[in-house]
Amino acid sequence: MASKAYSVANPAAADWRDFLALTKPRVLSLVVFTGLCGLLAAPQSVNPVLGFTAVLCIALGAAAAGALNQWYEADIDALMKRTAGRPLPAGRMDRQSALHFGVGLGVFSVILMGLALNLLAAAILAVSILFYVVVYTIWLKRRTPQNIVIGGAAGAFPALIGWAAATGRVDMLPVLLFSTVFLWTPPHFWALALYINSDYARAGVPMLPAVVGQRATRIQIMLYTVPMAIAAIAPWPLGLTGAIYGVGASLLSGLFLLLALRVGFSHVAEQAKMKSERQLFAFSILYLFLIFGLVVADKVIA
Amino acid sequence: MSLTPQEEAEIRRRQKSRALVMALLLGGFVILMYAISIAKML
Repeated sequence: MASKAYSVANPAAADWRDFLALTKPRVLSLVVFTGLCGLLAAPQSVNPVLGFTAVLCIALGAAAAGALNQWYEADIDALMKRTAGRPLPAGRMDRQSALHFGVGLGVFSVILMGLALNLLAAAILAVSILFYVVVYTIWLKRRTPQNIVIGGAAGAFPALIGWAAATGRVDMLPVLLFSTVFLWTPPHFWALALYINSDYARAGVPMLPAVVGQRATRIQIMLYTVPMAIAAIAPWPLGLTGAIYGVGASLLSGLFLLLALRVGFSHVAEQAKMKSERQLFAFSILYLFLIFGLVVADKVIA
Repeated sequence: MSLTPQEEAEIRRRQKSRALVMALLLGGFVILMYAISIAKML
């Protein structure tokens, strides 16, 4: 990027791409997808312009949370290879610009959601931003190896917000979708943490494998997968979805459980040889996209 | 802080591109507000 040529720590020097990088665009794709599915799975249909606005607000809220996360974590981002090139640790932007950008974007997204959709969706959006920034980033991330569990709750909110935007209510189905993403995050993330060499330890962030070891991490992966599968399948027996979702979710969750058990009972210690861990991580991403796709497909077809 | 002419020019270039992106976003916001107003009336 051209902006790397001069590392002038001056607000006037930040490129617009640096502001875009603050929003963590890659994380946004999952947020937009689950938010949109929550909206489309709702029983009430919503005007396309308002539906677009709702998803836009969810994306802007997540972007604000990402920016505020980078504002707070500039010190540890500078210590890790993966994050050292971000606008703040690289010196392309000053911290105050990131703070103003994050707060401004967050307030804007909540107000727009409240005016265009409803107050409940706006309130949950505000809670999700504050939860990610205050509870996860500031309070727990550096204090507990269960940090990613808390972070998972922040990632689980979009489906709930999408549903609330369309209906003005919070019902059982979006709560179960919330639970599914919440319980999915630990096995998804820890599978990755097992086979990559992260420098979280150097930055003082307690990631589970580094703190309790591989064996205990593998057990935790299995322990979270069981309630995740139950939460994912539950909408079917509860009559909230039809057989399309029910059969699909059961098969996918069964496969997830099998892969998690394989990781759980594996004794491979060398990261380069961790094939089942890689498979679990890759499948976990596909799993979430398919589960949410199935909720919408079930509603559209049935 | 004294800047070299190249640094000065680079900063101006970035400010210009930021202003352009901001203008596009504001334009988009105006259109969105109009569309929301119409959608709310339906």
